[in-house]
Amino acid sequence: MDEQYKTTVDAQRAPVIEPGYTFGTVTEKISAIVLTRPASNGWFLGFGVAFMLTMMLLFAIGYLFLKGIGIWGVTIPIGWGFAIVNFVWWIGIGHAGTLISAILLLLRQSWRNSINRFAEAMTLFAVASAGIFPAIHVGRPWLAYWLFPYPNTMRVWPQFRSPLMWDVFAVSTYATISALFWFIGLVPDLATLRDRATHPAARLIYGALSLGWRGSARHWHRYETAYLLLAGLATPLVLSVHTVVSFDFAVGIVPGWHTTIFPPYFVAGAIYSGFAMVLMLAIPIRKIYGLEDFITERHLQNSAKVMLATGLIVAYGYGIEAFMGWYSGDRYDAFTIWNRLHGPYAVAYWSLLSCNIFIPQLLWVRKLRTSPVALFLVSFVILVGMWLERFIIVVVSLHRDFLTSSWGMYYPTRWDWMTYIGTIGMFLAAMFLFLRLLPAISIFEMRTLLPEAEVKAE
Amino acid sequence: MKRDPVYGIMAEFASAQALVDAAKRTHEAGYQRIDAYSPFPIEGLAEEMGFHRNSVPLVVLIGGIVGGLTGYLMQYWMSAVDYPLNIGGKPPHSWPAFIVITFEMTILFAGVSAVLGMLALNGLPMPYHPVFNVPRFALASKDRFFLIVFSSDPKYDPAGTRNFMEGLAPRSISEVPS
Repeated sequence: MDEQYKTTVDAQRAPVIEPGYTFGTVTEKISAIVLTRPASNGWFLGFGVAFMLTMMLLFAIGYLFLKGIGIWGVTIPIGWGFAIVNFVWWIGIGHAGTLISAILLLLRQSWRNSINRFAEAMTLFAVASAGIFPAIHVGRPWLAYWLFPYPNTMRVWPQFRSPLMWDVFAVSTYATISALFWFIGLVPDLATLRDRATHPAARLIYGALSLGWRGSARHWHRYETAYLLLAGLATPLVLSVHTVVSFDFAVGIVPGWHTTIFPPYFVAGAIYSGFAMVLMLAIPIRKIYGLEDFITERHLQNSAKVMLATGLIVAYGYGIEAFMGWYSGDRYDAFTIWNRLHGPYAVAYWSLLSCNIFIPQLLWVRKLRTSPVALFLVSFVILVGMWLERFIIVVVSLHRDFLTSSWGMYYPTRWDWMTYIGTIGMFLAAMFLFLRLLPAISIFEMRTLLPEAEVKAE
Repeated sequence: MKRDPVYGIMAEFASAQALVDAAKRTHEAGYQRIDAYSPFPIEGLAEEMGFHRNSVPLVVLIGGIVGGLTGYLMQYWMSAVDYPLNIGGKPPHSWPAFIVITFEMTILFAGVSAVLGMLALNGLPMPYHPVFNVPRFALASKDRFFLIVFSSDPKYDPAGTRNFMEGLAPRSISEVPS
């Protein structure tokens, strides 16, 4: 790029990190949140509420184990209710974390350095929340391990031609790789905490977790290679995970599921909702912990732009679905679209269009992209919209299939809602703990952003 | 063999640039068993000390190949050899359906190899290391940069090496007990 043009562009952009910081002050500021800052009443209140919701989740699951999935609203023909809606919603949210940490790393988008850590934590907790649903949805959850191929006395093996089996492998690989990526990224920062903690117990725990990291140049060399390779592996992985999730539907013959647009449109939707969640977390965190200098306007703007772009891909997906309903000439496909617009769940579909397509167009306005309050609200709307999208795919497709005699309606029960809201509580409780126990921003990667980190070869 | 009571001589620097320059000069002076410590990865630092390639990519490649083969052969053996089951009239060895899990297993094995391979090659976890005996070394994870010449270096001699390192204009010099 032309040097002068680059300087002009850079001058107009908000910086990734406000000027005036040194290695020492960056370290100080981020590690102080964990090591010295006392937990505020607000933290206890937030964590307390989230913890109570987690208890509600356990209660709902406990009662489910006692009574069976009859306590939910699922019936025939709608055998996949909230559990699958929530599973897809949560796993989609997780995708933004991997996108930020892996794909943006490969694309050398250094602004990611200040948000990748908590975005990865978000991924882990979202995948954990997602993982609950298929496990409790199988009806006999104590046999959920039958999904894995292990030598057994029945002498049978799983059915590998089923997308549901692919999903087991995709999601468990995704959870493992995300956890490893997150932990490896944490190791140098854990060493920082080990060296800075004063309490003996904290030093012992951070010391053990840091694996004796000492920042040797040879270690960094291998570390960077491994980190880059992990990013390269996580990139196709994250695209495959939601693709495989979409196969759960697309391989079926139900009208509204059986389409080839699903994989790309699911992946875009996943990133869309994930960035919305990143913003909903980042905006309060930067405000409460005074991290506006590290998570700057630039990050908010860039995330908003990613949402705008992926939102348009999602809109394209809806458009193609409608077009194919007409173009295929298949009366069941055509009816699916008509039913979405005019059927008993039309309110949900119109809300979906508003939440996912119309309202997010506000992000074209620069003023709103840079306003944390506006972004927070738009992100909330998008998260609602993406949840509705999965509700429409799962429930609205199933409730009107080929035979009118097998039509039905789906009414979620209080247990459905308690389980869903409970996982939000669990997710938030984990986030609250994470903020207090581990550095929420990658300290060592922030150091590399400082001008003093630049080294000229002689 | 009796262990040398001194593990090495360590110099402290205040900037990344100073560390890179010092590492380069030390390496050029003929010292081979040296190491540098920094709070973040510095591009080119390991290369200045003569460390150009590492084996992590090879480990990952082997892990990926093993994972892919494991994934595919597992499905083949289970579905076509050990318990062939007719599902929807598809052949027992229906390879297109096996691709997804083969892919996931490739990524899983390669990713786990990247992490474990990197740790193993780095000799981690290693809770104790002589460099931690230097009190100021705690700053190596914050804002200071360190260079060490190990006493096992063939060119090492206590007075001469210390003299040489003082010539690198460090902020401080300390002897690392082993």
